[in-house]
Amino acid sequence: MPRITRADVEQVAVLARLALTPEEMDQLTDDLESILEHAAQVEALDTDGVPPTAHPLPLANVLRPDELRPSLDRDEVLGQAPAAEDGRFRVPPILGEAP
Amino acid sequence: MTVAASATELAAAVRAGERSAREVVDEHLAVIDARDPELHAFLHVMADEARAQADEVDAAVRDGRDPGPLAGVPVALKDVLCTRGIPTTCGSRILEGWRPPYTATVVDRVRAAGGIAIGKTNLDEFAMGSSTENSAYGPTRNPRDPSRVPGGSSGGSAAAVGAGMAPLALGTDTGGSVRQPAAFCGVVGVKPTYGRVSRYGLVAFASSLDQVGPFANTVADAAVLLEVIGGHDVMDSTSVRQPAPALLSQLDDGVDGLRVGIVEELTDADGIDNEVAAAIDDAGRALEKAGATVDRVSVPATTYGLSAYYLIAPAEASSNLARYDGVRYGLRIDGRDTATMNAETRDAGFGPEVKRRIILGTYALSAGYYDAYYGTAQRVRTLIIRDFERAYGSFDVLLSPTAPSTAFALDAKTANPLEMYLSDVCTIPSSLAGHAAMNVPFGAGADGLPIGVQVLAPSLGEPVMFRVAQAIEAAAQ
Repeated sequence: MPRITRADVEQVAVLARLALTPEEMDQLTDDLESILEHAAQVEALDTDGVPPTAHPLPLANVLRPDELRPSLDRDEVLGQAPAAEDGRFRVPPILGEAP
Repeated sequence: MTVAASATELAAAVRAGERSAREVVDEHLAVIDARDPELHAFLHVMADEARAQADEVDAAVRDGRDPGPLAGVPVALKDVLCTRGIPTTCGSRILEGWRPPYTATVVDRVRAAGGIAIGKTNLDEFAMGSSTENSAYGPTRNPRDPSRVPGGSSGGSAAAVGAGMAPLALGTDTGGSVRQPAAFCGVVGVKPTYGRVSRYGLVAFASSLDQVGPFANTVADAAVLLEVIGGHDVMDSTSVRQPAPALLSQLDDGVDGLRVGIVEELTDADGIDNEVAAAIDDAGRALEKAGATVDRVSVPATTYGLSAYYLIAPAEASSNLARYDGVRYGLRIDGRDTATMNAETRDAGFGPEVKRRIILGTYALSAGYYDAYYGTAQRVRTLIIRDFERAYGSFDVLLSPTAPSTAFALDAKTANPLEMYLSDVCTIPSSLAGHAAMNVPFGAGADGLPIGVQVLAPSLGEPVMFRVAQAIEAAAQ
């Protein structure tokens, strides 16, 4: 298995939307190195031709009748949001343009 | 001060009108007042709601209606279960002050059975940990020895039951988070078969592994609670289309003729304390005396459970926790644009272990590494299931330690994440397989702290698992 580098942690932090401090990145690089070293033990097993298990239940599509029924109360949900306006969640600009 | 009666006895007395639910609730609230300042099992005590609900139960009894099998019994809820209008934090700053707009199915079922939701219990943040030291609101202490951890991640629920603050509690188990704290606190703790219990309203950590399970002081009490919370729920597409298992009616059927296998890889391995392995052998001899046949069995792929789990669970967590972005609920740290707001909010709101697992999981799922890490781990998961199935061809249930040692001291493992992860080595394999497993207290270590025996059963094998657990409990007394 490949070794993790600090550059990997920086790249992954961007993907995971985590604004980590340099100290956090150093610590995480060390931590993940030892965790992944342990995880690499799975390579000792011959898994050629073994199908992957994503889920313990043999689930096919689970369907229900498409019937009208009550959903969550909109005001109650928006009342828990950090910012809301006109019945919607309010967020800062998305593309950096003026709001 | 402790309340000695079992949940079963309390419910019987309340149903018969011999005791009021209000009095039972007040007694338990008094125990919480007396012991929780030291133990910190609760993040939020629902005193007013609990008293109001107790009054409803008492009114039902007066009117000649049966409140149900949990009549008047206080039940503590791990704070990862949504309760409408009641704070639900998941032990995280990122959800501080959040009041969910809906209630988890398991909580609705507890209340419909007459049970009283008495409070929300402490946990490792988002259920990620093995000691309850990763809570953003401070650790919980072990009621048997407050210098020790209660285990985790459901440490608050285990401690609440162990200290007599509630006769019953609900926890969640992803890799051992009910069973290991049950072992550390000397109580019964059950991880049901994946899909047995609804996950609707359970805040997700690793969706293919998470299950809600009961804590209790006795095997019979745990059976009552599992019968109440189990069974199909239309609100959870992964819930098994079967009614709740009948457990109590078979509980005392005995173990005569049952075949019990002690898992070599989880009992005789390096890292398992000798006194713990010896207790498993003692439990095996007790079952033999009760009429079971007991042998050693090898389940080789379980050796790789921990490694596979620490690729699979963080991968699922990194995806599930993407929803904490400062938009819909909880914390927001403002930024010049949404992406900055998201990243600043998540850095401020998540603790170190949660960040560690998000980064690990995102890495394991990222382009170029996906097959080497996540793909391999998924294939190992298949091998673990195959090896278990082979063992269950010859044995009805399996035994192993629940945890490698008795409860460890606070701060003993916080500096080394891998060391902490190793305390789940015995519980993880059955989680990956989706099988049922439970902890039963059996004896004590040289430090006087409880040792737990883990009883493992195949999918939907709860009835036979509980029979064996009942026999182990009888032998322990």
